[in-house]
Amino acid sequence: MARTSTPAPLPAPAPAAPGPALPRLGVRGALRWVWRQLTSMRVALMLLMLLAVVSVPGSMLPQRPQNPAAVARYLRDNPDLGTWLDRLGFFDVYSSVWFSAVYLLLFTSLVGCILPRIAVHARGWRARPPRAPRRFERFEVHDALVTDADPEAALEAARASLAAGRRFRVDTDTEPATARTPAARTVSAERGYLRETGNIVFHLALLGLLVAVATGQMLHYRGQALVVEGRGFANTPAAYDTFEAGTAVNPDSLVPFTLELDSFTARFDTAGKPTFFEAAVTLTEPGAAPQDHTIRVNRPLDAGGAHVYLAGNGYAPQVTVRDSAGQVAFSGAVPFLPQDASYRSRGVLKVPDVSTGDQIGLVGFLLPTAVITGDSAYSAYPQPGNPVLVLQVWRGNLGLDSGVPQNVYQLDTAGMTQVAGADGAPVTVVVPLGETVDLPDGLGSLSFDRLPRYVALDLRYDPSLGWVLGFAVTALIGLALSLFVPRRRVWVRVTEEGGRTLVRTAALARSEDVGLVGEVEQVLDAVRELGPADRVQGSPAAALDEPNGAASARLSGAVTPGGAAGRDGDTEDEDERR
Amino acid sequence: MNVAELSTIVVWGATTAYALAFGAFAFDLARRAEVSTARRVRVAEPALVGAATGSVADPTGGASSTTRPAEDGAAVTDGGPGADTDEPRGDAEDAGNAEATDADDAPAEYRPGRALGIAMSVTTLGLVLELAGIVLRGIAAGRVPWANMYEFTVVGTFVAVLTFRLLTLRRDVRFLGAFVLGLSVVALGLGLTAFYIPAGAVEPALQSYWLVIHVTIAVIATGMFTVGVSASGLQLLKESRESGSPRLSHPRFGMLDQLPSVRALEGLAFRINAIGFVLWTFTVMAGAVWAEHAWSRFWGWDPKEVWSFIVWVVYAAYLHARTTRGWSPKAIAWFSIAGFAVLIFNFTGVNLLLHGKHSYSGLDTGS
Repeated sequence: MARTSTPAPLPAPAPAAPGPALPRLGVRGALRWVWRQLTSMRVALMLLMLLAVVSVPGSMLPQRPQNPAAVARYLRDNPDLGTWLDRLGFFDVYSSVWFSAVYLLLFTSLVGCILPRIAVHARGWRARPPRAPRRFERFEVHDALVTDADPEAALEAARASLAAGRRFRVDTDTEPATARTPAARTVSAERGYLRETGNIVFHLALLGLLVAVATGQMLHYRGQALVVEGRGFANTPAAYDTFEAGTAVNPDSLVPFTLELDSFTARFDTAGKPTFFEAAVTLTEPGAAPQDHTIRVNRPLDAGGAHVYLAGNGYAPQVTVRDSAGQVAFSGAVPFLPQDASYRSRGVLKVPDVSTGDQIGLVGFLLPTAVITGDSAYSAYPQPGNPVLVLQVWRGNLGLDSGVPQNVYQLDTAGMTQVAGADGAPVTVVVPLGETVDLPDGLGSLSFDRLPRYVALDLRYDPSLGWVLGFAVTALIGLALSLFVPRRRVWVRVTEEGGRTLVRTAALARSEDVGLVGEVEQVLDAVRELGPADRVQGSPAAALDEPNGAASARLSGAVTPGGAAGRDGDTEDEDERR
Repeated sequence: MNVAELSTIVVWGATTAYALAFGAFAFDLARRAEVSTARRVRVAEPALVGAATGSVADPTGGASSTTRPAEDGAAVTDGGPGADTDEPRGDAEDAGNAEATDADDAPAEYRPGRALGIAMSVTTLGLVLELAGIVLRGIAAGRVPWANMYEFTVVGTFVAVLTFRLLTLRRDVRFLGAFVLGLSVVALGLGLTAFYIPAGAVEPALQSYWLVIHVTIAVIATGMFTVGVSASGLQLLKESRESGSPRLSHPRFGMLDQLPSVRALEGLAFRINAIGFVLWTFTVMAGAVWAEHAWSRFWGWDPKEVWSFIVWVVYAAYLHARTTRGWSPKAIAWFSIAGFAVLIFNFTGVNLLLHGKHSYSGLDTGS
């Protein structure tokens, strides 16, 4: 992978390059070369951009985990292309081999990069600030003054100002006189180790995040249940309409609590936009008395170590169907699925248990606030102002005995015929709430007794959540430290020249640093407090007095962008660069 | 007229103020160009005098230098801290040889003029108006006023302009004004015309204090990235001009010579983008926590989540490119621009074209 994606040519084969420093390019050499490429910043960058690119199709194409129905629709509409896309994993991008390969390589690269840096940083943690360089003038940020104060006192003032508040790690040193330079005392100071610490912590926390999420995938379970007012369910896989669990979950280990929906409250504004949903439930945990709770959209309920969410709601008309013999063939609440914001809801009634004659199927809509004029019927408002069932009637064999599981929201019309009127047009049965209407063809009657609501509940158990949050917060803190803690070095050299004390300082930053000039000035201010001092001819006073523009222009010139986090573990590279 | 309508009118007022400020900033940039042209002309290309100054009010180079002292006065009372940045002075030195022979010509150096003062005042006025519009909108809706695209646009431009305005207090980045204000005027215009919906309550999924936390930080991050990309864009233009791009070497772009160095612009863009990146990281994390509360999963690869992730990854690549030796400032700036482009798509394209759980524009996009 790394080999093909890197333009750099392979080193010459071993026999042609007998130098002892070059590794033999056998299997081990090749592996080492691949490893070096993989952990290089260039490949890491390519992998990052690749990760961005491979994420895109998942937002453009329907995804099976999120919306399997949309995937099926896409496959129906684009049979040729769809089949190929499906084979290549485009309908489950984020579990696909290629997506996984990219992020796993990226994390491998991250590990390979971060481990050596931890070692370097650990050594640097104990290291002393580097000794004062010979010529301060080479630095963009430098300044000097002469004072009548005692050299020892000036040195101490400079040292103390840097050491104050433990901001800097400070060393003092003595330089003997040479042929060209007088004897000098120096201060070396360095601060900002936390910058690299933060950087390392950030990357390790990302790794932790990945592990936590993966662990959660194995340990989590999720169930969805549709519960009508007055009914309940128990926390067992069989009680859920859909249930999925991670590979490490034992389905028998679920905490067997029961949850009952006492009532559901929905409020809408005058335009029909929802403003408030609340489910009142009774939770009975094993060995505990039943407790009343409420669940709202942003306020899940904690039950048995899991969270129960309010995921949806709708109406479940309570109906009674009598067959042609007058026997009750069906009685119960049938959930209808809302189709739009007005809660025009679609549903199916299947009546297999007739005492005589054909089985009955009823398909149609519930209109909570029905407005029926001539041929058109619609719902004007989501609340039940004038609930009406508008159904079409089928007779024949529902096909429920074939053994194939059926969708409860769909009528299998293969063995059925639609009941039509004398004119040949399908008969539509219109049933207002509280009324009973005869079915056509003498099939019996239908009563619309009550209109309870139902809620769709999502239950999710994921023990990794605390870890995920912990790693995320750690990553954020590490990131902020790595970007905002300034890494600075300040040097001071004190010499005696012509009976006065010359104090020179210079400073260097790891990255763009607007505060660097202030450090130098603070040191000199501390010396100035000892007594009268004069500027030194040629010191860059003008630039230092400039609060903005100029100073920053100098600073960014002072620092190469390759500052922090040398990917090769070369964190001391600025010394060479000067 | 009710409170909501008043809010809209005030936001229109803010947009007008920003448009005026944009004009004044643009005029100021043109002046910078004029100064630099005048210098260039004297130094090297006398034949170009007519053509070069033709676009400016003064037909002759001499006239433009006689008007300058008056503006110098204004600049001094202005404080004009950025007036003598290193950069222009360096240029003046480059040109020094030629100017020395031309002794009686006043040194052609840009000084902030009245246009810049007007631009800054009107920008501040616009900020006050926009803040009033935001507060009124919040009162009218009875909630925090950033729950749909229109409101997000208003608050986002407010933060972008405010960030710019606050930056000018510490550093002379007024040259960024035309870009930040120009982007804001376009965004506000779109918001008021295409994204506008009346104030109202929000659906239960949005009724959470996370709306305040998650969206506020997202808006601030967007404002930061806007200022950052302005700096990156200027950096690229300046760099092209310096490397002799035939299109940008036209005197019309002389204002680029007055800007801080490419390095300094790059550093400025980095500092702002770095803040934006940390805020964006927080935005994504806060969004995940909210999703855990509202949608029963902290991450579900919803289109908005996907694109927020892509924004994060591209800006992460930007930061890595910066710490890699051997990357030119130009390449780095392109990362910054790519990140911003993805950010804008995340706000517009994902809301309007891709249908996910974040479709809160309030607009009927006909799914």
